Amino acid sequence: MSLLKVENIVVDFATRAGPARVLDHVSLSVAEGQTLGVVGESGCGKSMTALSIMGLVPSPPGEIISGRILFEGEDLIQADEPRMRKIRGKDISMIFQEPMTSLNPVFTVGEQIAESLRLHEQGSAGDAWTKAVDMIRAVGIPEPELRAKNYPHQMSGGMRQRVMIAMALACGPRLLIADEPTTALDVTVQAQIFDLLKDLQNKNKTAIILITHDMGVIAQMCDHVAVMYAGKVIETGTTQEILASPRHPYTKGLISCVPHLEEIPSEERLPLMEIPGVVPPLTQLGKGCAFAPRCSQKMPDCEGVKPSMVTCSQSHSAACLALSNEVPA
Amino acid sequence: MSDLLLVQDLKVHFGGGKTILGKPKATVHAVDGINFSVPKGKTLGIVGESGSGKTTAALAILRLVNITEGKITIGDEEISALQGDELRKARRRFQIIFQDPYSSLDPRRRAGEIVREPLDLMEVGNPDDRDKAVEDLFAQVGLRSEQRNLFPHQFSGGQRQRISLARALATKPEIIVCDEPVSALDVAIQAQILNLMIKLQIDLNLTYLFISHDLGVVQYVCDEVAVMYLGKIVEQADRKTIFSQPKHPYTQALLSAVPSAKLAKGGAGSGVALKGDPPSPINLPKGCSFAERCPLADFRCREDRPDLKFVDANHTVACHMVQ
Repeated sequence: MSLLKVENIVVDFATRAGPARVLDHVSLSVAEGQTLGVVGESGCGKSMTALSIMGLVPSPPGEIISGRILFEGEDLIQADEPRMRKIRGKDISMIFQEPMTSLNPVFTVGEQIAESLRLHEQGSAGDAWTKAVDMIRAVGIPEPELRAKNYPHQMSGGMRQRVMIAMALACGPRLLIADEPTTALDVTVQAQIFDLLKDLQNKNKTAIILITHDMGVIAQMCDHVAVMYAGKVIETGTTQEILASPRHPYTKGLISCVPHLEEIPSEERLPLMEIPGVVPPLTQLGKGCAFAPRCSQKMPDCEGVKPSMVTCSQSHSAACLALSNEVPA
Repeated sequence: MSDLLLVQDLKVHFGGGKTILGKPKATVHAVDGINFSVPKGKTLGIVGESGSGKTTAALAILRLVNITEGKITIGDEEISALQGDELRKARRRFQIIFQDPYSSLDPRRRAGEIVREPLDLMEVGNPDDRDKAVEDLFAQVGLRSEQRNLFPHQFSGGQRQRISLARALATKPEIIVCDEPVSALDVAIQAQILNLMIKLQIDLNLTYLFISHDLGVVQYVCDEVAVMYLGKIVEQADRKTIFSQPKHPYTQALLSAVPSAKLAKGGAGSGVALKGDPPSPINLPKGCSFAERCPLADFRCREDRPDLKFVDANHTVACHMVQ
């Protein structure tokens, strides 16, 4: 039973060049205690999916055209703003990429963590403060009583990201959305943050949606993966299926274009596989597959026919015409 | 093979002196005595966490920050001794590519002008040939010649990094310092830029000093790797040795922290996990600067600072625990 089910969500943004389809029938789901990875280049709609779930799509220019976002059976698109305010920070919370800019510089970190506790939970301001200090301890910051009285600028990047996590987890959310939580951090700190997230997930059965562009992070953290391109989910499956037997050419490209660290480096330096070109502007998508202009295995039909999702196994499906031809419907 | 770049006992300290009240100001030991050399046509990688001094070292070599102590030689010219116009003229031999292609290009100038500027400043060739030179540079980095008339905001991140490369190549430099040249780019674009940089290196016999925190990229690009921690090199070896037989506990921790896309690996927590952050470069500890975070440290590490010593012909490590 999935905790969150996103069904066929469509989001348009009004631009001067006409409406841009930012999310095009995106469907995902994540179960309690599981981690779903969302990968893709920038501009593919990863963060917009997260904002839709949080009910934070900027409107205007954004508009949710259709679809359902079912959280424990409740459709969040139909929920009004007061209801969303109750859910945000309490049942669903989010960690942003940039720990420098997402904390308020004029409040101490303890006050900022206590704020969400005061809004969502009963009890006095004193209780909220005590709980905030406990949260700072739980995310592994030494001397939590002193650190709670620090301002964000007095902390390092890794510490600030821990504070963000403490804040996101303070009210014990059922679902945590982490949007590139470690991109701004060093690898050693990244490893610490992931260990922490895994620990907290095991303890509280939190579901996590992890947005990243790093296939290494996917391998380490996720149970399921959704690959996005130009506003669409183009391949989904278990981590094992996606990494070991990717079916969509874009997924294959994403995996092999990154130089992977080898324990014994090869003598020869083979050229890296490239995905030529860039993600097309969403206002200029053609009739066919959005990836066709960059695809190395393009067929004549790809420019004219939009591929639909083809089931490869019970949990694995991909949207590519080459697959549709392989398994005739 | 002869060394093109030679760095001897380079130190860059910031601050120091006294405040107007006569109190001594704190000194930041950003780079604290490093030595290395890079042979012509090769790539030396410098890796380390943020704050380890890798960018400061690069800026010092380019003479963009003041050098406190030490000697930098490119070919037979002592760069660290040059001043004024002599220094300006020598700059054509060493160029840089910055991390962020969004802030390192002047938004109000056209791409062609940006690439032409170093040619004009360094008086390369005669003025009439320079437009042709810009056109050739554009072709070399994979841009179309009509794109010379566009402004930086009309390019994507990868294309902007190509403009940075063209600008760096304009003066026909011998050495290019690359400060995290691909970390601001999307993964699919990184491969395009890395392949281009390697092709240019082979075609033009370029020497790179490559700074990055992405060990996968460093392994792919570099011939030799130096690991920096708090302003010092703690380990240096050729590409194969440093990745297959890292000796310093910090190098081992760095390598094990990299998430691997291979499913077989144990995932987070396998290998040596580092705790905490590096200490401040203002009050350097007396002993080994890594001792506080090191799983192997004993009393000697806290008292006595280890020097770099050879463990193999081409492999140096600064650690008491390595024999």
